[in-house]
Amino acid sequence: MLSTKVTCNSHGQDSSYFLGWEEYEKNPFDEVKNPNGIIQMGLAENQLSFDLLESWLQNNPHASSFKKPNTNHSIFKELALFQDYHGLPAFKNALVRFMSEIRGNTVTFDPNNLVLTAGATSANETLMFCLANPGDAFLIPTPYYPGFDRDLKWRTGAEIVPIQCSSLNGFRITKSALEEAYKQAEKQNLKVKGVLVTNPSNPLGTSLNLHELDLLVDFVSDKNIHLVSDEIYSGTVFNSPSFISIMDVLKNRNLMNTDVRKRVHIVYSLSKDLGLPGFRIGAIYSNDDCVVSAATKMSSFGLVSSQTQYLLSEILSDKTFTKTYLSENRRRLKQRHEMLIKGLQKAGIRCLQSNAGLFCWVDMRHLLSSDTFEGELELWEKIVYEVGLNISPGSSCHCSEPGWFRVCFANMSEETLILAMQRVKSFVESMVKKNNFQSRHQQLLNRNSRRTKSLPKWVFSLSFDQREVGADER
Amino acid sequence: MAIEIVQQPSVGLSKIAVSETHGEDSPYFAGWKAYDENPYHETQNPSGVIQMGLAENQVSFDLLEEYLEANLEAANWGKKVSGFRENALFQDYHGLQSFRKAMASFMEQVRGGKAKFNPDRVVLTAGATAANELLTFILADPGDALLVPTPYYPGFDRDLRWRTGVQIVPIHCESANNFQITPEALEAAYDHARSMNIKVRGVLITNPSNPLGATIQRKVLEEILDFATRKNIHLVSDEIYSGSAFYADEFVSIAEVLESRNYKDSERCHIVYSLSKDLGLPGFRVGTVYSYNDQVVTTARRMSSFTLISSQTQFLLASMLSDKEFTQKYIKINRERLKKRYEMIINGLKKAGIECLQGNAGLFCWMNLSPYLEDATIESELAIWKTIMHEVKLNISPGSSCHCSEPGWFRVCFANMSEETLEVALSRIHEFIKRKQDRQVLCMM
Repeated sequence: MLSTKVTCNSHGQDSSYFLGWEEYEKNPFDEVKNPNGIIQMGLAENQLSFDLLESWLQNNPHASSFKKPNTNHSIFKELALFQDYHGLPAFKNALVRFMSEIRGNTVTFDPNNLVLTAGATSANETLMFCLANPGDAFLIPTPYYPGFDRDLKWRTGAEIVPIQCSSLNGFRITKSALEEAYKQAEKQNLKVKGVLVTNPSNPLGTSLNLHELDLLVDFVSDKNIHLVSDEIYSGTVFNSPSFISIMDVLKNRNLMNTDVRKRVHIVYSLSKDLGLPGFRIGAIYSNDDCVVSAATKMSSFGLVSSQTQYLLSEILSDKTFTKTYLSENRRRLKQRHEMLIKGLQKAGIRCLQSNAGLFCWVDMRHLLSSDTFEGELELWEKIVYEVGLNISPGSSCHCSEPGWFRVCFANMSEETLILAMQRVKSFVESMVKKNNFQSRHQQLLNRNSRRTKSLPKWVFSLSFDQREVGADER
Repeated sequence: MAIEIVQQPSVGLSKIAVSETHGEDSPYFAGWKAYDENPYHETQNPSGVIQMGLAENQVSFDLLEEYLEANLEAANWGKKVSGFRENALFQDYHGLQSFRKAMASFMEQVRGGKAKFNPDRVVLTAGATAANELLTFILADPGDALLVPTPYYPGFDRDLRWRTGVQIVPIHCESANNFQITPEALEAAYDHARSMNIKVRGVLITNPSNPLGATIQRKVLEEILDFATRKNIHLVSDEIYSGSAFYADEFVSIAEVLESRNYKDSERCHIVYSLSKDLGLPGFRVGTVYSYNDQVVTTARRMSSFTLISSQTQFLLASMLSDKEFTQKYIKINRERLKKRYEMIINGLKKAGIECLQGNAGLFCWMNLSPYLEDATIESELAIWKTIMHEVKLNISPGSSCHCSEPGWFRVCFANMSEETLEVALSRIHEFIKRKQDRQVLCMM
């Protein structure tokens, strides 16, 4: 009676990623009402800088009241009637300026090449509709955001083929991994239409380095395919190295007048940087007029509310505000990130060294009862039910190695984060007692304490980057 | 909305991206171009093109603005200190519960309480455009068909077919019986699809109808429901204009028919609604899928991730639509004003010797210019349409763009302009017909 889309599983809703949420919903932590409840650490939200937005709103009441600044002139009717899929010009202008500002003004964006969509979820799906036919494939580095399985494949009929990344080199993209993925697609008789990367990465929290970006440009040039760069976390880069945009790379390699440039498309959103996921503000940026044209028409199926476009055009046009916001937001994210790293350190748990995002990629391999995905799920269940933390298991992100977890740090108060860290510490200590991980665990703790005495603190988190580097890397 | 001229398709895009199924090259959109290039303005451009091709409701904004002035917190996240923050974080695809409740209750009020709506069956989407596409993805597979009565809203060609790969097979309706849907026409459309080896998954009706501007009679609704049941297919009722019926008791919703049958066989029924027409808020992107089928509700909800309504907008409208005193007043006054506009245009056209289909709803009338065509062909219809666009300077929608099976009919909108502008448009039409008649007389001499 219903279409195959209903019965297939591509919406991905049965994955553990979502099951953890369900458990949280049944027993949510509340400082006062439910202090033993499950703490949500699986939600990549940015709740650190609302006060900045709230004070802006207090000082600028016109923006949410449908009025022009400094007048009592109402534009309610104008906005209520505005459904042009080209978007509110003032908003697009403000948004491209903000995108430039995030990139240190090293690149500029043309508002005519920007298409507004109801969130990045919609932007990614729309791009797939534009770039891939049913059955075509996009290559995506693992681990990746679990939502991609739904966003890119469900209604489009497109396929995802993973570019397997490994902890041996910090999950960096390598030439051989790219080639291997392409081969795998060919083996499955899938036509590869492009590569999609998230930069900075979810769930790794790292921004792509220049080498990786160069590899990507070379690869898509060589194969004559597209490159989609989901830069939704670009405003959350809180540490060096600074963010390098794919546009920067094209510019610096003098590729701005070539075909390759037309095959590079960026996705953006205000859900993470500004912490406004409810407002559904996403965008596609492309240098290909045909893509812009097709995506614009498709955006009819997911336009941004004009009420919200107006509000954000006022906020983002305030250059003083955006400057302050971006730097203060980064500072707070950095501080939270450090808190999480240190807290986990105390429990003998290491994280991938990261410089961005709202989460850390945490190494719990040493806590697995077996080096398998069953072991990972077993550990995850313990963490959800016994420790009371909802974190995301690496398998839900298609990580090729078991034992890694994504842990969010920006969606709760400091007190709650501290409590979460205490719970982790207690859990690990109890595990040590129970399962005799003693020697391994003690090794880690000793190593840690030796290191913190003789080396600067930042070296401590660089636990494994000094492993062998693959032969194909420069 | 400007028309984009697409250069030759570039290498490496999908078939959907380069196809023309978005339908934007049809004359429906070309008229907009003429308007965009020379838009009428009372004082600044009194000889410009008057836009009568846009089904917008501009007659009741004062009521909305009055509400906003008296309820400032609705647009400012209420009185709670954490109001903004909570709202900005809210991206749950179930939608704001207060808003779903308000939508369900508003839909009940529009139907004069003759049908009940369960807020848990309300799925929110960014506009009816998204709702119709989403339902099509759920009810049909690529290559399957939906049966749609002609004439129909030109946007359906894109909304139902473009990305879904689903086809539309028309149910032909004729002026002889006022374009009402008949069981014979339903069967003929079904058989035609089967003869082409196409699987029919459902019937999609718009009630009140766009472009006819008329409600579907209860008896006809029963026949359509029986037909869908016999063939074991779905029935989608797009009731986007339900609040625009001039007389509340003349609109019968499929919900009422289902209720009277104790909801037997209701899992094949789905209603689409939106606030774009009744409340005149197309920019806010507020649509809904209301389904009596649990699996459809669950799937639609998940799919709505691609097209959620801004929580800021949900909050504002939850407040507005929960105010039953306001909504009661609004619904009543809005109907009266639309009725008044309708009578104005009908009488004005009558004076010019033009007949319209008898309508009782919507933001437009279905005008009959067939007596003025050179011959009963689409070419003649388009010829007169071009003349009206370039000489009379009115943008109206030709019936062929609505897939009408008889040439000569035009959809003319009346609620998207001031009364004064409508008068200007009517006098222009009057002059045009008069000139035509004078010319005919001259020819005969």
